[in-house]
Amino acid sequence: MKTIEPSSGVVSPEAIPPPSTDMWQRRHILDLDDFTRDEIELVFETADAMTEVLTREVKKVPTLRGKTVVTLFYEPSTRTRASFELAAKNLSADTVSLDASKSSVTKGESLIDSLRTIQALGADIIVMRHSQSGAPYLAIQHVNCSMINAGDGWHAHPSQALLDLYTIRHHLGQLANLKVAIIGDIMHSRVARSNLWGMTTMGARVVLCAPSTLLPRGLNNFLASCHLSNVSIENKIESALENADVVMPLRLQLERQQSGLLPSLREYIQLYQLTTERLSLAKQNVLVMHPGPVNEGIEISPEVAHGTQSVIEKQVANGVAIRMALLYLIAGGKNK
Amino acid sequence: MPPALLISGGHIIDPGQGIDKVADLLITKGKITWIGNKGTAPSQPDLTIIDASSFIVCPGFIDLHCHLREPGFEDKETIATGTKAAATGGFTTVCCMPNTNPPLDNQTHIDYVKQVAETQGTVQVLPIGCITKGRQGKELTEMGELARAGVIGFSDDGDPVTSPRIMSLAMDYSQALGLPIIEHCEDTELSDGGCMNDGWVSARLGLKGTPKAAEDIIVARDIALAHLTRAKLHVAHVSTEGSVELIRRAKEKGIAVTAEVTPHHLTLTEERVMGSQLEKNDHLTYDTKAKVNPPLRTKEDINALIQGLKDGTIDAIATDHAPHTTVDKMCEFGLAAFGISGLETAFACLMSLVHSNQLDLKTLISKLTSEPAGIIGTRYGELGTLKTGCRADVTLFDPNKEWTVDSRDFASKGKNTPFDGYRFKGRVITTIVAGKVAYGDKLS
Repeated sequence: MKTIEPSSGVVSPEAIPPPSTDMWQRRHILDLDDFTRDEIELVFETADAMTEVLTREVKKVPTLRGKTVVTLFYEPSTRTRASFELAAKNLSADTVSLDASKSSVTKGESLIDSLRTIQALGADIIVMRHSQSGAPYLAIQHVNCSMINAGDGWHAHPSQALLDLYTIRHHLGQLANLKVAIIGDIMHSRVARSNLWGMTTMGARVVLCAPSTLLPRGLNNFLASCHLSNVSIENKIESALENADVVMPLRLQLERQQSGLLPSLREYIQLYQLTTERLSLAKQNVLVMHPGPVNEGIEISPEVAHGTQSVIEKQVANGVAIRMALLYLIAGGKNK
Repeated sequence: MPPALLISGGHIIDPGQGIDKVADLLITKGKITWIGNKGTAPSQPDLTIIDASSFIVCPGFIDLHCHLREPGFEDKETIATGTKAAATGGFTTVCCMPNTNPPLDNQTHIDYVKQVAETQGTVQVLPIGCITKGRQGKELTEMGELARAGVIGFSDDGDPVTSPRIMSLAMDYSQALGLPIIEHCEDTELSDGGCMNDGWVSARLGLKGTPKAAEDIIVARDIALAHLTRAKLHVAHVSTEGSVELIRRAKEKGIAVTAEVTPHHLTLTEERVMGSQLEKNDHLTYDTKAKVNPPLRTKEDINALIQGLKDGTIDAIATDHAPHTTVDKMCEFGLAAFGISGLETAFACLMSLVHSNQLDLKTLISKLTSEPAGIIGTRYGELGTLKTGCRADVTLFDPNKEWTVDSRDFASKGKNTPFDGYRFKGRVITTIVAGKVAYGDKLS
């Protein structure tokens, strides 16, 4: 599988030809709720240039030389963390990786103190994953460095949503008027929430599908209050899949069954697993996506996860380009 | 003995006595001794005159529900600072909740609070005793002894009594003592760690919500138990439309239930968690200052609560003053402490309901004076009234004075208010406790 063509011109090994970043004002990336379509397009264009870098033999450009990127993860993560760190290294940033579950946090240090310490150590950009919704919003009130939200509680995971959007755009050309079905544990999903904003901003129609125990009770009012008229809610997976252009089952945490939100995994599999048979309800060229990690045989059958319509690995690859783009844009868009 | 005080020319409103007129009020030896036409007071030696001609004069406010945090959490508040905050807010009597450390579940602890309040307190402190030992919900406290020690009711506030059996026993026992059970109505299995109202904002922010039903269920249960036991039930901090309706129906049936509502539940909605409208943030906030239990609800609930005040379903307004340290609040929303430091903003906040014609001033004053006094009873003398012969607890306020809340000026140690920066109209000018000026507004 080849990556897409770089969007513009010849790329010199030293510098990326940046799309004009004049419109980029952000110092932080916390969620996509306030992103404009133009900003998302700019991220895409920048990611196109990064994708080109990733096809080179030496996947490294000096853009962020001398900058320090700290990844601070309060929750375990494999792919997101590796993706950000590779992205930072590809841009020649110095990276420091802090596993907060093993650091002074367990000695009772507050989030704010930890962040101030990291800032004092010279971090330019902090990439943070936290189990508490809203943690990065607290963070930016207390530190001056740039903050990228790598997932906060149930709330947001903007880089994942951007790479999802980017993957769809790559395969289907654009997002406008596409039907995207997000299936599964919407209640606890930061991926679903960020994708809601991103997808609707790009003109896609989103169907959220889950048993009612995995939907937030206030979801309808949330959609109405935020004028997200292009989003609908379905309990039946068959209706959600009908004519879908994109289908994204979410990881089902096994503890959801234990806490009583589901009668049994067996029933969830019967009613909600994305199977080959169910997938046939969607458009023929439907994209199957998954934010990972996949529970094969639970929310998605192995055949579908590894089938011809699956772009799950592609999402992971695109993740590096998107995160390079975000780091690049956050750092100011050019060498200073 | 405090000097004689003449409060001159104020507009006296005493809903308990039905007084609503411009008059002079004389205080001698700590008691109200005379109310009459301006300039006609009997002459007194060493008379101090307070010109109240642009103020309203009413009985001192009574707060049925506050947390003074002492003993055990003196970094959050002490009886000294909490009662100073009370005086600043126009309160002359406060009832303190027993969720201290140790909890106020025996006579020694009650005596301690009373003794500290006597020596260090600015206003009258009436303690509430625990329902169960250690607030564990397992065994009743020695309620008889607590009653003798002077508690005005029983509560495990902060937590409900989860067992209906223990609750029914508590009610049986307290019924004989004539004291109310004050319940924090929350089905904790249903709220299950919720940190704000279960609604559109919690869905948007990805926060765990506490459904209104978690309150309604326990209100319904306790009303049924009050009916069964004929005990007095007082529902603390009512926050939902459903609770108001349940209490209304219980009162219609003659069940001995009373209820209180807080200023913040009457004026703020769940949207406040996303940040104050005063702050022009480009991004969301997760404002821990708006994290309170029960959580801020919706406009429909506010309307029902106001209606409940008007039609008598809700008897009193209580602050649920819950001071916390900066550290308790300056953290992730889900980890932050619940509570609002409310004594010093309560009255001004409530005046916003008067100025917007949602509540009339007389009703507001009665919910802060005569009606909570009725729930406390008369074991501490007649409270919430300006009757001659009664303890001179008097509050003077200017209903039109505008001011901006700045928590740095609070007497309370707890700066945790969602009203910081709010501009309010209405301010307490002077608070008189037992004939002594306990607070005088420095701004005036």
